[in-house]
Amino acid sequence: MQAGAEDNYGNLALVKHVVLVLSGKGGVGKSTITTELALAFKHAGKKVGILDVDLCGPSIPRMLCVGRPDVHQCDSGWVPVYTDAQKSLALMSIGFLMEDPDEAVIWRGPKKTAMIAQLVSDVAWGELDVLLVDTPPGTSDEHLAVLENLRKHRVDGAVLVTTPQAVSTGDVRREITFCKKTGVRILGIVENMSGFVCPHCTECTNIFSKGGGEELAKLTGSVFLGSVPLDPLLSASVEEGRDFAESFPNSATFSSISSISQVLLKSLEND
Amino acid sequence: MAVLHLGVGASRRRRRRSKAQTNMSDTPDNAPKHCPGTASEQAGKAASCQGCPNQKLCASGAGKKPDPAIGEIGEKLSSVKHKILVLSGKGGVGKSTFSAQLARALASDGTKEVHQSGNGWSPVYVEDNLAIMSIGFLLSSPDDAVIWRGPKKNGMIKQFLRDVDWGELDYLIVDTPPGTSDEHLSIVQYLSSTHVDGAVIITTPQEVSLQDVRKEIRFCQKVKLPIIGVVENMSSFVCPKCKNTSQIFPPTSGGAEKMCADLNLPLLGKLPLDPRIAQSCDEGRPFLREVPDSPAAEVYHTIVQSKAMPIFYLFFCGLCCSGVGGTAVKCVFILMTTILLHSFMEGKKKKYSL
Repeated sequence: MQAGAEDNYGNLALVKHVVLVLSGKGGVGKSTITTELALAFKHAGKKVGILDVDLCGPSIPRMLCVGRPDVHQCDSGWVPVYTDAQKSLALMSIGFLMEDPDEAVIWRGPKKTAMIAQLVSDVAWGELDVLLVDTPPGTSDEHLAVLENLRKHRVDGAVLVTTPQAVSTGDVRREITFCKKTGVRILGIVENMSGFVCPHCTECTNIFSKGGGEELAKLTGSVFLGSVPLDPLLSASVEEGRDFAESFPNSATFSSISSISQVLLKSLEND
Repeated sequence: MAVLHLGVGASRRRRRRSKAQTNMSDTPDNAPKHCPGTASEQAGKAASCQGCPNQKLCASGAGKKPDPAIGEIGEKLSSVKHKILVLSGKGGVGKSTFSAQLARALASDGTKEVHQSGNGWSPVYVEDNLAIMSIGFLLSSPDDAVIWRGPKKNGMIKQFLRDVDWGELDYLIVDTPPGTSDEHLSIVQYLSSTHVDGAVIITTPQEVSLQDVRKEIRFCQKVKLPIIGVVENMSSFVCPKCKNTSQIFPPTSGGAEKMCADLNLPLLGKLPLDPRIAQSCDEGRPFLREVPDSPAAEVYHTIVQSKAMPIFYLFFCGLCCSGVGGTAVKCVFILMTTILLHSFMEGKKKKYSL
């Protein structure tokens, strides 16, 4: 076990910052926000890694349009899949290890824990500025396993994603309690799906109400990183695995993503 | 009434149970690191069993026997006519939208308490014919979070199915967290001695969601849970100002319609995204009663009128109209949203000795 711990440190030794993306609620856009933050960091000239530990529903491979590549082994472990020639965005996902994409991972806790321990320690990330960890919803086996294994190296903190409605912020409040109990710093709260601008009449409708994320940040004394509107162009981009920043650099949605990423980067670097 | 039957012949049941126990790491919380599983051939005999306090018990073969709770649950639920699971591989697609509506209503009331009687916990009645039981009720504060691993969650689910005094019911609808993990396996396993009508699967139109939902369908097939049908939620958005329709979550791969055609499953309906639904959920008001003119309301009525889905009539009407239409049907919902489960306070653990 001791040797394992050293290896673990070895593979993460050159990773400067580790950020978890958490949400108590499912389907609020954790994977979308993770993907967009990673792309924004990449455009800012950083080397970024994404670890997708959502065992039951890995979405990132599709969002980055990497398909289902074979994962290669090297001396120090699995080689992550690079999304660009410059190797500035690396990705490792359980989705890569499944033979059939429709196959369900029907695992109980202990098996998931073992898989995550391996995903955390056996990926040869190399040198990274930021490693983003995309998690499944909740506060259970996966989260504990990620924390236990990453702790040996470092965890800078967590970004919490919520949608504005009370049903979602209610779940995220519990996620905040999880962070407090496990001693994870909350880097900030992102409100996703904030408002929808009708493409026909430009009327902005707050489908899932508005301001819940900011209110929650105030209530719990956390940093509010910003809100991302509900944008069909963004959902289409992640569906087709296109780089939203490249396709729509002038959109309001991109400017909010980019400002969130800058605030986050600053807070990581000043730490 | 089209009711699907889950074939639970004795042999199949045994096979499923033994598979569940060997392949699905049925190990207790305090087991040693390489515990072979209490039900495996190696139980109590493997090298890692040395020094485990349960070694003798495991070696005696007690662990291989099926959990007696399965039989007890079967007996307890014999007065429930229909049992339906609401599933989705993807989070946030709307499984709990309606359940949450109820939970919120109760939470804002603040006076509802779960009582314990001689027969077990009493569910909370929100209408004469609609009762719910949620882990959320057992919380003391909205911030509570307990960080539970699988085995503890399973214990809680068992307790919910066995120890809640359901009484005479027409329908029991079980809301589940996203995924295909402990909670889902446990519910299916614990309900294996009773008749389960099947699962209703909820998805949103985009491929990112469908790819998770296909896994859930595969899960149902693996555990032999019949699928009643698929509902596509958030299909389109109707602008409240100009009434034009836009697609926020584009069905790039053909949406639920194509998936259902490919997998030969009934598509029960497509529900548009209406901001007023989210709002009434947040405020705990019944949506169909509040905004009967919404295009979404129309679709609900189409779904509930579809022959394949008498259950949906109860599902939506039960929750949204609560008794409208004079149905003398009693429904009970178990809310098992992961977070609610997690939030079940650590303090309560002692009280109910989990």
